[in-house]
Amino acid sequence: MKFGVVVFPGSNCDHDAYHAVGSVLRQPVEFLWHDSSDLAGCDAIILPGGFAFGDYLRTGAIARFSPIMRAVERFANRGGLVIGICNGFQILLEAGLLPGAMLRNRHLRFLCRYVYLRVETTDTPFTSTAHRGQILKIPIAHMEGSYFCDQNTLADLQQNDQIVLRYTTASGELDDAANPNGSLAAIAGICNRQRNVFGMMPHPERAVEASLGSEDGLVIFHSIIDSLAHSTGRDAELKVSAPV
Amino acid sequence: MIGTKTKITAEVASEHGLTAEEFARVREILGRDPSLTELGIFSVMWSEHCSYKSSKVHLKRLPISGSHVVQGPGENAGVVDIGDGFCAVFKIESHNHPSFVEPFQGAATGVGGILRDIFTMGARPIAVLDSLRFGPLAPSDSVTQSEAARNRRILDGVISGIASYGNCFGVPTVGGEIQFEPCYSHNPLINVLALGIARRDELFFARAKGTGNPVIYVGAKTGRDGIHGASLLASAEFDEKSQQKRPNVQVGDPFMEKLLLEACLEAMHTGAIVAIQDMGAAGLTSSSSEMASRGGMGIEIALDRVPQRETGMTAYEIMLSESQERMLLVAEHSREREVFDVFRKWGLDAVTIGKVTSDGHLRVLQGGQIVADIPAHAIAEEGPVYKRPIATRKIESSSHRLTEFAPADTNLNDNFRKLLASPAIASKQWVFGQYDHMVRTNTRIPPGAGDAAVVRIKETKRALALSTDGNGRWCQFSLRAGAMHAVAEAARNVACTGARPVAATNCLNFGNPEKPEIMRQFSDIVDGIGDACRALGTPITGGNVSFYNETLGRAIYPTPIIGMLGILDDADCAVGMGFHHEGDAILLLQGTIEPRDMSNQQRREFSSSEYSKAIHGIVAGAPPEIDLHAEKALIDCLVALASGRLLQSAHDISDGGLAVALAESCFAAEGLAAKINLQTNDPAEFALFEESGARAVISVKPESLARVEQIAAQYKIEARRIGTVTRGEFSIQMNGQPWLCASVDSLRQIWVSSLEKFLQIAS
Repeated sequence: MKFGVVVFPGSNCDHDAYHAVGSVLRQPVEFLWHDSSDLAGCDAIILPGGFAFGDYLRTGAIARFSPIMRAVERFANRGGLVIGICNGFQILLEAGLLPGAMLRNRHLRFLCRYVYLRVETTDTPFTSTAHRGQILKIPIAHMEGSYFCDQNTLADLQQNDQIVLRYTTASGELDDAANPNGSLAAIAGICNRQRNVFGMMPHPERAVEASLGSEDGLVIFHSIIDSLAHSTGRDAELKVSAPV
Repeated sequence: MIGTKTKITAEVASEHGLTAEEFARVREILGRDPSLTELGIFSVMWSEHCSYKSSKVHLKRLPISGSHVVQGPGENAGVVDIGDGFCAVFKIESHNHPSFVEPFQGAATGVGGILRDIFTMGARPIAVLDSLRFGPLAPSDSVTQSEAARNRRILDGVISGIASYGNCFGVPTVGGEIQFEPCYSHNPLINVLALGIARRDELFFARAKGTGNPVIYVGAKTGRDGIHGASLLASAEFDEKSQQKRPNVQVGDPFMEKLLLEACLEAMHTGAIVAIQDMGAAGLTSSSSEMASRGGMGIEIALDRVPQRETGMTAYEIMLSESQERMLLVAEHSREREVFDVFRKWGLDAVTIGKVTSDGHLRVLQGGQIVADIPAHAIAEEGPVYKRPIATRKIESSSHRLTEFAPADTNLNDNFRKLLASPAIASKQWVFGQYDHMVRTNTRIPPGAGDAAVVRIKETKRALALSTDGNGRWCQFSLRAGAMHAVAEAARNVACTGARPVAATNCLNFGNPEKPEIMRQFSDIVDGIGDACRALGTPITGGNVSFYNETLGRAIYPTPIIGMLGILDDADCAVGMGFHHEGDAILLLQGTIEPRDMSNQQRREFSSSEYSKAIHGIVAGAPPEIDLHAEKALIDCLVALASGRLLQSAHDISDGGLAVALAESCFAAEGLAAKINLQTNDPAEFALFEESGARAVISVKPESLARVEQIAAQYKIEARRIGTVTRGEFSIQMNGQPWLCASVDSLRQIWVSSLEKFLQIAS
């Protein structure tokens, strides 16, 4: 079982994801350079936070054209686990691996603070060890995190149980004041219909050590590890270790 | 012979900011008239900003060595040994004038510049702090509507600029402070401190070595932006036309800087790099001449090879451009390829533009012609040094009205609320929430949670604490005492987190040094900093002097900002300022101060407090007397208590006095309050809001009380039990009589929402 952390030139949470997986969870982990199309036999791919190419255009708009993204797309299409965090989520949207788009935060300011998230479904490899309705305290740090999609897409997301995380109050209620960036339907994280590609704006890799303020992000990584452990049979055929 | 079309006269030199004597010295060094390019080179390198010509003689009086110091002033940043084979690399720098002319880009490039100073030494930046001074945000008798509106715009632009650069680059902005005074209306202060970490055996220095070694230009292309940014913007007063200097402000590209960081650190690991320096103020000129001079070598560069953003740039423009995100390095001969490969990987220009020579000259060629040929040492080190006239000490006038203490039966609750809402005291959450203060997952104590920011070092058990402080108002009233307070408060803040203060960096913001009264301020404040740093054992490892902080002849308060670095041997011993548990004992720690007659002194000292300014509208008197022995004893005591894991919380008493310190310890702890009973003979306002030093509020578990008192006694610190951590009601009684009483939630609401309210007025 090995994690891969994609490094775009402007990724800046790559080391944090690497630290969370490698040092805190003690799992094998490797950096994957954006200019390569080799996923090095990784079983789960993390697209980390940051400003992939400066994001002076739309966030993620250039990153989706990096060679690694074609490999990630193939990997995802074969059922491989892909998690995009913050900028990684934005890139997954631009790449069309997840539906919808990001708008700027409603007050047009960068926001860095803890928020509360409610786990809306545990039927994903990223939340399988959580319980439905569990409240997670995890920080956000973004300028463009107001999730948006059209009404049909929203209906699809709801119908197919693709809304994985919502912003709520500490006690789990939906409340406009608890939605930090004005996301549609308070969406903080969604998965694709196949449930193997997941994007979330908050940073679970920043919430894996109690000494830094929260370890609620662990449940995301534990779920991935657990899901991989239970799919070792399937695992072998999923590996995409060389460009096709 | 160097061809020059324009005859360079003393008048032309004067337009470049060189005096007749300086121009004569240039001719003497060269043995001929300078070319225009050479004149430009001298003018920037000998500008106040680059040469420290007015400050040098005074800065020599600062203590710069100590057991932890690896590198003192003179390099790109100071270096301190933090143990386990690691070094902290840190420095503070100003970007005041550019931020007034263009707040967003001025502040952004201020962050960018100091970050390059850190990673050029081989250190990865792990934290940034910003010390900011603005004019008042709300109109008043002395502040017009439009002035207040402009102050709010400047603040907003500066905060956005800092956020935009630091967040994208990926360095956490973990602390700093903000103060407001009318004198900063026309001259805000933007001082940025950056901290990096490097292995001790992997530090890099800016000393060219090895005749024939290639000189390589890396990073962004050179454009016409920022020409004379340092010499014109930073080395002259402001007037009505200053807005026209907007083209002199550089434009930042944090993504480019991020690429440069990663590429430089990776290239350093190849072992092929001999020396490296960033192109900051005076760009290519300073980086080439300083590297040559420090290494005792010469450097020859061909400008035709410099990557350029625009066509037709003259030698003068290329040498003086302050385009951002560029570095100059010297590589081992025949190992350029290794360097180029790294920079290509990161998509950056890397071009050999010249070589190291043995003749000690900076030689610049363009189109095969020599356009400048100057002894490097003469430009970098032989700049003019002035012993500028110093005014005699003023006898302080006592004509200012001092604060009258409120009558004994006054209800102080309303005043307390007003104080909590004043911009200086109010929560800065609105600001810190726009900075990514968590990236790199090292932030043990985030902004607002402790007296200093604490970042852990993942490779070790240790953590570093950092605080910036400086009270310009106090310095205005008493130069030496104000400066000593700045050092003491910064050190006390660091010690409140449990860290031992070990070294400091300073940013000295002053008016026009050509005025004797300004040099009096400068000289006395340097002495005050020196005395305090010696007493507290915290040498100065570097920093920056910013003169000419005047607009239309009005100078700012003399404002020294001290950035203090502390080491926590065990990151798990870090102490926050928020109370922890209901029932914990609250103690006031106080350094033993020589008994003195307070009756005359009280009103004078109180009149310089934040309370006097915010409530009575009186700014007068003098800062509290300072006792450096008491400060040192308190620091040692706090460090001992923290390392014994006896502290639940610690918070120093500063702006707003004891009452505000207690309230802040409640605000930093969700849901907790305090019940306090003071025994005192002082007037109520004085007891609650006076700001004398060497004091801190701590909370401890009841079972630790005896041990805490015992340790305090060892350090000759008075530890007085003043109350208990409670819930709900924040109350302070004096001699059994209630003085302040309110629900902690209502107080927090006022404190949290105030700054945003100020910024929304008519914005």
